[in-house]
Amino acid sequence: MVGMAAAVQSPAASTGSARPPRLLSQTGLYATEDERLAIDPENRPFSPQYPLWSDGARKSRWVRLPAGATIDARDIDRWDFPVGTRFWKEFTFGDRKVETRFLRKDGPASWTFASYAWNEAQTDAELAPEDGLPNVAEIAPGKRHSIPAVEDCRACHDSARTEILGFTALQLSSDRDPLAPHAELLAPGMLTLKTLTDERLLAPVRPELVEAPPRIAAPDERTRAVLGYLSTNCGACHNAESSLASLGLLLKARLQPSHGSPHDPVRTLFRPTSKWQIPQAPDGASAFVTPGAPDLSALLVRMRSRRPSTQMPPLGTMLHDREAIDLVTGWIQDLRTSPES
Amino acid sequence: MTRQRLAIPFLVLTLTLVSSILLRAGGPAEPAATGSKAAAIERGKYLVNFGSCNDCHTPWKLGPKGPEPDMTRALTGHPAEMKVSPSPTLEGSWGIAAANTMTAWTGPWGVSFTANLTPDKETGLGDWTEEMFIQTMRTGRHQGKGRAILPPMPWFSVNALSDEDIKAVFAYLQSLPPVHNRVPAPIDPPEGQ
Repeated sequence: MVGMAAAVQSPAASTGSARPPRLLSQTGLYATEDERLAIDPENRPFSPQYPLWSDGARKSRWVRLPAGATIDARDIDRWDFPVGTRFWKEFTFGDRKVETRFLRKDGPASWTFASYAWNEAQTDAELAPEDGLPNVAEIAPGKRHSIPAVEDCRACHDSARTEILGFTALQLSSDRDPLAPHAELLAPGMLTLKTLTDERLLAPVRPELVEAPPRIAAPDERTRAVLGYLSTNCGACHNAESSLASLGLLLKARLQPSHGSPHDPVRTLFRPTSKWQIPQAPDGASAFVTPGAPDLSALLVRMRSRRPSTQMPPLGTMLHDREAIDLVTGWIQDLRTSPES
Repeated sequence: MTRQRLAIPFLVLTLTLVSSILLRAGGPAEPAATGSKAAAIERGKYLVNFGSCNDCHTPWKLGPKGPEPDMTRALTGHPAEMKVSPSPTLEGSWGIAAANTMTAWTGPWGVSFTANLTPDKETGLGDWTEEMFIQTMRTGRHQGKGRAILPPMPWFSVNALSDEDIKAVFAYLQSLPPVHNRVPAPIDPPEGQ
């Protein structure tokens, strides 16, 4: 197993400047700054158990910690990464790399967000403008992928409390959810809670995360998969710490009891919506989830929509997630009461 | 009232006016809301009135001198009981139209209805936070994170205000009497448009 070692510093990174490099090849992702595009072995691949839906893109992810540094894991739900940590996520549609997103921690509460658009020759990717790049690649007939604006990145990776959505104790747990939509196989060499513990990259080491791997508390396997999907795809905004907390929809799965009950997501789903009403539903009949009634479940109605004013999530996707829609539809259809009652 | 259609030039003129008013009103030297909450509310009221928020967020009626905002329904948004007829067919130079109340607009984005800005918890800004309001004006996204805010809301002009001034606007709106008025969700344009 390759350990974490000193980063290959691009000029921008070495000076601690918040300005991202112009080319992806200058961010330290590759072993050399040429066209061979061999991933630097110091950059470690990982795969979250509940991946974010990105219109069917095949995604590859890597992380790099500064040499000798560890992740502050005292708070199981919000790891604090050392300054200098870098993350990459590469999006491939079909056989073409389209976009690579890059996050770099520049200070105790400061991250750089950047997206790189791949060139036609697939030899490197260039920094996208801060307000994004529309229509960079066709992903379905008449639909083209757009690179998001930095502000859109920050909408999910909340500004001061930046969380790496795919690199958490729950996402890297070895107790992986077999029903998770779009679940990816763990490839050899990928970081998990076990490898992080074995290599003493968490502080404190927390062997209990290996002995009793974290999992979402749920009454059955399908509910577990639904809550995991909602946690990743909705919980980045709909959680107790977000500016949207007042809406009362708390879908982020939390492991630490002081961060709320593990039943919070279920509790908050079975209540009327605050404002958004299901079109054609009787007045007052719009709930986030109505047991046995998918068409009266606002959450599903909005998941099924890809109209700009209705769809959820509101950004980062323009194609339906059929696998997740089927999972959630079946779950709601078979519910007779809230799983808690 | 006979005005059923508004030309793009009128819209542009309106938005330009709103923008310039807000930009001028938000001058950096103004000690906005630095004092008491009452001062912030007063500053917010000034910005809201000067910034033409009533032009769209207060339904218009036909008064003795012609069309005017119905201030008995100030800032309550599109009236829930007013069901709009299908959008008119707009051709040639005509691309945008407004309802008689100025609270429903149709254009290439579909149909948008102006929001209830009073602090009613179910239908207005009662469950909004100051941070959410600022983020909305900074990002142009509903509640700071959601769908894009639709025309004709000139959020990009409000974005020119300082945080203190946006907070003052929010403080004023929160000081209004809450009015229960459930504004319809926007209507998307037909597929393919």
